[in-house]
Amino acid sequence: MEIKLTLNGRPVTGSVPPGLPLLDFLREKGCLSVKQGCETSNCGLCTVLLDGVPVLSCSLLAARADGHSVTTLEGLREEARQFVSFLADQGADQCGFCNPGMVMNTIALLRENPDPSDDDIRAWLAGNLCRCSGYESQLRGIRAYLDSRKR
Amino acid sequence: MKQKKYRVVGQPLPKKDSMQLLLGKPVYMDDITPHGALVVKLLRSPHAHALVEEIDTSTAWKVPGVAAIYTWKDVPSRRFTIAGQTYPEPSPYDRLILDRHLRFVGDPVAIIAAEDGESALQAVKLIKVTYQKLEPVLDLHAAKDSSILVHPEEDWYPPCPVGGDNKRNLAASGGDSDGDVDAVLAGCDIVIDRTYHTKAFQQAMMETFRAYTTLDRYGRLHVISSTQIVFHVRRILSNALGIPKSGIRVEKPRIGGGFGAKQTAVCEVYPAFVTWKTGRPAKLIYTREESQIAGSPRHEMEIRVRLGASREGRIRALDLYTLSNTGAYGEHGPTTVGLSGHKSIPLYTGGLEAYRFAFDVVYTNLQPAGAYRGYGATQGIFAVESAVNELAERLGIDPVVLREKNIVREGMVMPAYYGETANACALDRCLARCEEIFDWEKRYPVRELGDGKVRTAGMAIAMQGSSIAGVDVGSATIRLGDDGCYNLILGAADMGTGCDTILAQMAAECLDCPVDSIAVFSADTDVSPYDSGSYASSTTYVTGKAVELACGQLRERIRAIAADMLGCPAEETEFGGNCVRQLGTDAEVPLSQIAYRAQVNNRWAAEATVTHSSPFSPPPFMVGMAEIELDRLTGQVTVLNYMSVVDCGIPINPALARVQAEGGIVQGIGMTLTENVTYDPNGRPVERSLMQYKLPTRLDMGHLRVEFEHSHEPTGPFGAKSIGEIVINTPAPALVHAIYRATGVWHRELPVTPEQIALGLE
Repeated sequence: MEIKLTLNGRPVTGSVPPGLPLLDFLREKGCLSVKQGCETSNCGLCTVLLDGVPVLSCSLLAARADGHSVTTLEGLREEARQFVSFLADQGADQCGFCNPGMVMNTIALLRENPDPSDDDIRAWLAGNLCRCSGYESQLRGIRAYLDSRKR
Repeated sequence: MKQKKYRVVGQPLPKKDSMQLLLGKPVYMDDITPHGALVVKLLRSPHAHALVEEIDTSTAWKVPGVAAIYTWKDVPSRRFTIAGQTYPEPSPYDRLILDRHLRFVGDPVAIIAAEDGESALQAVKLIKVTYQKLEPVLDLHAAKDSSILVHPEEDWYPPCPVGGDNKRNLAASGGDSDGDVDAVLAGCDIVIDRTYHTKAFQQAMMETFRAYTTLDRYGRLHVISSTQIVFHVRRILSNALGIPKSGIRVEKPRIGGGFGAKQTAVCEVYPAFVTWKTGRPAKLIYTREESQIAGSPRHEMEIRVRLGASREGRIRALDLYTLSNTGAYGEHGPTTVGLSGHKSIPLYTGGLEAYRFAFDVVYTNLQPAGAYRGYGATQGIFAVESAVNELAERLGIDPVVLREKNIVREGMVMPAYYGETANACALDRCLARCEEIFDWEKRYPVRELGDGKVRTAGMAIAMQGSSIAGVDVGSATIRLGDDGCYNLILGAADMGTGCDTILAQMAAECLDCPVDSIAVFSADTDVSPYDSGSYASSTTYVTGKAVELACGQLRERIRAIAADMLGCPAEETEFGGNCVRQLGTDAEVPLSQIAYRAQVNNRWAAEATVTHSSPFSPPPFMVGMAEIELDRLTGQVTVLNYMSVVDCGIPINPALARVQAEGGIVQGIGMTLTENVTYDPNGRPVERSLMQYKLPTRLDMGHLRVEFEHSHEPTGPFGAKSIGEIVINTPAPALVHAIYRATGVWHRELPVTPEQIALGLE
């Protein structure tokens, strides 16, 4: 079937099988930041924004994005750049495979709640698994960024 | 301890690739390999033990887009191992690319390659197989000398004598001892005799197993794999395919986590076989389900500990017997088991009069195990530390005080650790510091909160090694570039740990330049100097030393080139980082000019390669303390605080070392409380997805705090030892200890789920 959507601010069209996950469509369109970590909506690696709302692109059909606006990290690098260096300072990036999904969900969090508490951050990002970092460094990085904005 | 101050070493610098990773740039296998490769899928055995009686691929071939289907009839008949180990490998050669004899649920039956994934999957479903079902061996206790043989084949071959016997279902057996254990135990006031059981936990790295293969412009097999072991993969593929190593090139891009899983060539042989046969590029990406059921998890072990002590709490004897389950194939079976004794018993060198350690490693019809961070030490330390905690509780001695009486200390010779001396050991200081920052005296007592809720704490100590002594090889090439910068070329594999960065920090320290002046490359068998790979906690310690030594050699070479320019003997020059000076004069030449000079009418290579190996494996040490809240009604355990102090010599990069520790602790929490591995009665694994295999989320680990106590390892670069593996070893015994404090019940099998805790209280 034919779909039309806005991808990172640009109109794109595609001819997709009805069962194609949005994740696969996005990677085919060159949005390689979007990663697959599971097949069961458990890991959060494939998080993208659909009309500004974080969704798991492994569990959303590309067809359902028809007529909507999809944003991947490719489209939000400037916004991400503001805080990811604070994660890098902590060594929180580690293997990096979960980073794009976690960064996307952090962007969504900060848009919704510009001044989250540590518990807000933990709760919001709970669906973003990371096997390397033990999470604490990610929290320290985001906290350092938030503190830097208050100065 | 007074520590030498360094300029770059010891700095918490960001990783060299952090912006690439955090901004989602294409750096992993599937991001950087071309479209249009054949998609490879595997038909897997539905039975734990079976023979392929008939296999009919004719219908599957009719699926449009199918390019290749291979069965056991199509593959070479020479056995090999997929364990990434130095040759001759301790792991038995017990695999074929495809075998008629299927040994676990998930064992590959056929390889299918098609133009797209959907066609490949359709073809997988259309292959008709008649299986002759065989009785499986599913219980590790029943495996040794069972009438059912997992590997009855005559061509089963162990490259090393490790006490294996395929006609007894033994991948390995052995042991060693020091002193008369039975006599000492007989004279002890108290003997703790307990058996502990740990399961085949999954590394569950976020990037599943995957490899891309193609033929390069010379017709050689070019492999781009998410692997920790490029050189071993080259040998494994050479053995499996029967082609010379000179015809194979293996490189790794960025790796999405490994934790030891990618120290085994789990998936590489399948696309490589497709490419070799068809001449076409091929790509295989394991699903999460495949990674869960046909990966390379931790060895299930059952460990009996007999610990003898005096009434005053002096640990006099330790007697361990480990029964390890290597599953259907023997990858890392003979070696992981050794660590269960050799990296647990030496912790108590202090008062130990005798020890004995014996083991059997059995084949069963379950998923083959492999290397997972901790590599047997994790299992052994869970057992020994739990026994020591039980001793403390029985004697009514504070477990910190009990450790103080018995632990290994700097300068001691460790009979249970190959007779090595603990030249750098701050375990005593780690203990004191952790006790203080954790506020042990306040958190250890059982505190009733009402409503069945209780808070308390537990603790454990741990060790590991730094490389495989006398085996592991690390190499580094450092080359002066024409603008005065350097290329550092490595065969080690940064799997997210940051070793590219910490090795560059060492180079920058030695060459008196900024880290940004060091461009790092790793790893490619055509380009990198030989390195056994990133495993066994070896990279900082062994490859790091190679970097230090190579940079020293390059400095000499740079001085020689500069001396020629200055018109003086090299002995009259000194290396000044961005220049070389002539001693006693104002004359100097800038590094960039030396670099250009090296490209004109020059016969001295402006580079140095050093290969290093160590006859020692200096243990890092660690103390971990856990505070939990336990709900006696539901059995729910909430980790509130986990604090630990690590002696890794010195952390080359404290930020990255800290995250290693935090990540390892959370993995340890997972294997203790939430990650489970179970099978149905037919040997089919139950936890096939991340919905069932419960990795800890950021709501499950409480607050972490990691600190360092420095020691100085004389054989390590800048005094460093290792940190990568030890960090997973304390949570299991510490949490089980805390759960005992809260419930009065010792749990000796991992994981300890709320159900088990609640049932234990009834």
